[in-house]
Amino acid sequence: MIKVENLYKSFGHLEVLKGISYEVREKEVVCVIGPSGSGKSTFLRCINLLEEITDGAIYIEGVKVNDPKTDINLIRTEVGMVFQQFNLFPHMTVMENITMAPMNIRKISKNDAEHLALELLAKVGLKEKAYNYPEQLSGGQQQRVAIARALAMKPKVMLFDEPTSALDPEMVKEVLDVMKQLALEGMTMVVVTHEMGFAREVADRVVFMDGGYIVEQEKPEIIFDAPKNERTKAFLGKVL
Amino acid sequence: MDIFDLRWDIIWNYRELFLRGLWITLVLTISGYIGGIILGVLLGLGETSKKKWIYWPSKLYVDLFRGTPMLVQILIIHLAFIPAVFGQSFGFMVSGITALILNSAAYNAEIIRAGIQSIDKGQMEAARSLGLTHSQAMRKIILPQAFRRMIPPLGNEFIALLKDSSLVTVIAASDILYAAKVVAGAYQRFWEPYLVAAFMYLVLTYLLTKLIAYVEKRFSNSYNPRKSRKGRI
Ligand SMILES: Nc1ncnc2c1ncn2[C@@H]1O[C@H](COP(=O)(O)OP(=O)(O)OP(=O)(O)O)[C@@H](O)[C@H]1O
Ligand SMILES: [Mg+2]
Repeated sequence: MIKVENLYKSFGHLEVLKGISYEVREKEVVCVIGPSGSGKSTFLRCINLLEEITDGAIYIEGVKVNDPKTDINLIRTEVGMVFQQFNLFPHMTVMENITMAPMNIRKISKNDAEHLALELLAKVGLKEKAYNYPEQLSGGQQQRVAIARALAMKPKVMLFDEPTSALDPEMVKEVLDVMKQLALEGMTMVVVTHEMGFAREVADRVVFMDGGYIVEQEKPEIIFDAPKNERTKAFLGKVL
Repeated sequence: MDIFDLRWDIIWNYRELFLRGLWITLVLTISGYIGGIILGVLLGLGETSKKKWIYWPSKLYVDLFRGTPMLVQILIIHLAFIPAVFGQSFGFMVSGITALILNSAAYNAEIIRAGIQSIDKGQMEAARSLGLTHSQAMRKIILPQAFRRMIPPLGNEFIALLKDSSLVTVIAASDILYAAKVVAGAYQRFWEPYLVAAFMYLVLTYLLTKLIAYVEKRFSNSYNPRKSRKGRI
């Protein structure tokens, strides 16, 4: 589904990703953990080319993403992304936030788009907020809308960059519950997170990143209960 | 000259000159502003471009026009630029409007650039991650938000342009100020004509302020939390 080969990324002289290779299979849920500044966000953002990559290759369903001949906008419609800061469009209602991309890119009718939006809102438990503006919603509600907005494009993969880090503790669960539900339905997901409980429960595989490398990747029960690498042990010792 | 012995009858005799001046001032300002907005949008977008061959000419233009006095620009355009390019002059109207467009475009460009850059970059990323092209994201996400923030400064620019338009009297454009000068020259009286001119500008700027406040309110209404369309499912 996603295949990353020898990915390098530098910002000027700062080398952030130092040769990352890995693969995500269909319907797999991969959680990425690691200390701050280790390159987790950068790695995620490279997948849909929000960051230009310095070297290496990324394939999504066999199509090379960083090929000048590839239509990156088309790739992005297949890859949903959820941000730490939600990034809802403040000048649009919840409904318009969700229907904007399907109507403009998938060219579906307003009627169909609104039906789809209501379905997705029901799924994230926010049907009654369809005609509110983002600023009228709590952080947890906004993030659930952001998930619905990404899902409206019917992506094949969903990327989450610390989706609960900007939330008050009491709102974390409502967002994680939506994500668990998605995982159960068989969505392919890559989730950067500090929620170790979520990673342990939902992930098929946990990737530990440090200093621009993938240090270790294993099933959650192995990485949390019997990590092999010293750096993994040290990190988990601090956060668990 | 006794300030309490003002002869308003002189002004009344010249009312047609003042009305014509009013008309000229309005035509100059409004065409200058509209042209200045159109050119300003292009330059403002140019100033936010990552492409160097778009960015640098836009930036250079804006710096040139903001860095020199409008009076000098008017004289260069009327006496040097237009005759040199077209081999003749087309009169004060063409020169005046050209100068006002070129000048206000530079100021509007700065307002538009600042408005665009004030939008959080997460907005562009969210739009692109949904598959919108750069220009779709600009049109649907960035510009509508930036526009609302631009209304007050663009309104101020309109008012500034109205007042600065009086500089075209230097090329004998018959605007409001020009009418005052004619009367002052003919009668060697200065209070009445210049007070009338000042008063006319004051009324115009007052009306403009009202108009801008109205536009501002209108565009924020669609975004007023209390007016969201609840229960329309
Ligand atoms: N646009 C940028 N320009 C320059 N440096 C950047 C940029 N984005 C990220 N970096 C640097 O790259 C490094 C990795 O950043 P990244 O955001 O990927 O880390 P992270 O693992 O997501 O950390 P966190 O857990 O704090 O979100 C950091 O040192 C950061 O300062
Ligand atoms: Mg990060």
